[in-house]
Amino acid sequence: MNTWIAIGATAVGCYAVKLAGLLVPAGALERPLVRRLAALLPVALLAALTAQQTFADGHALVLDARVAGLGAAAVTLVLRAPFLLVVAAAVLVTAGVRAMGG
Amino acid sequence: MTSAGSGLTLLQTCALSLLVFTGASQFALVGALAAGGNPLTAAAGAFFLGVRNAFYGLRLSQLLALPRAVRPFAAQWVIDETTAVALAQPTRRATRIGFAVTGLSLYILWNLTTLLGQLGARAIGDTAAWGLDAAGPAVFLALLAPMLKTTTERAVAGLAVLLGLGLLPVLPAGVPVLAAALAAPAVLCLEGRRSGTSRVHARVDDTPDAPNDAPEEAR
Repeated sequence: MNTWIAIGATAVGCYAVKLAGLLVPAGALERPLVRRLAALLPVALLAALTAQQTFADGHALVLDARVAGLGAAAVTLVLRAPFLLVVAAAVLVTAGVRAMGG
Repeated sequence: MTSAGSGLTLLQTCALSLLVFTGASQFALVGALAAGGNPLTAAAGAFFLGVRNAFYGLRLSQLLALPRAVRPFAAQWVIDETTAVALAQPTRRATRIGFAVTGLSLYILWNLTTLLGQLGARAIGDTAAWGLDAAGPAVFLALLAPMLKTTTERAVAGLAVLLGLGLLPVLPAGVPVLAAALAAPAVLCLEGRRSGTSRVHARVDDTPDAPNDAPEEAR
């Protein structure tokens, strides 16, 4: 049930901001500071999420095979590989390191 | 997809793709729920990731010039990819076609892959043994990488990583990510203070002599 509440809240919230952008008269959100902040918020959230999902195990920080996987993803990103290849590299390297007992 | 390993049902995952349809928010929500976060905290993180779509909509509404009645239907497709395609078109007609084609094809593809990914992951069983728990952070990193253009973005990302990891052991699940979002206003504030003098010059530079009346769209 809790999951459905979260899905409902996210769906309504995300749809509302999309619609707001189309309906609000131009200028209301055009202040440079507001724009800058909106551009930087995803940067902060994505960076924190990347780090947490790589190093977190519940409330503890751990180093495991995921680190190698993320490293592989970073390398493919530097090489400008397409999105799916980046994810595949992370998954394969993580599975490989785990199979070797990492 | 990654949500199979986090306890969401097939129906819940598909509902997420159909109703939310903005990738980063979906992955964030699933990740926060998997970590045992409170549903509203999880939704708040996902919501903040979706806020950028409002700014896409703002630019698109001028370019598309849609009738008011159509806007609620177009809104669901206002995402990174459709905006990128629409902004790249030379004429209004091409912009509308680009937006509609990208929106429709991505919507169908995204939901199909969600369904197939779910069925596939269920067949696999233990997703961690196959390294699928690394797919989440890899997706976030791939979304983040193109955004890290200047030192400001890198500073925000670095501070957010420190906040997110540093607060993880002490705050309830899902809350550290929200706290990490504060890195954005914090860095902006610092930057504003430092460039107090250079801003005056910038103002003088971008006043009316620009021949183009919508310089933002050129980006």
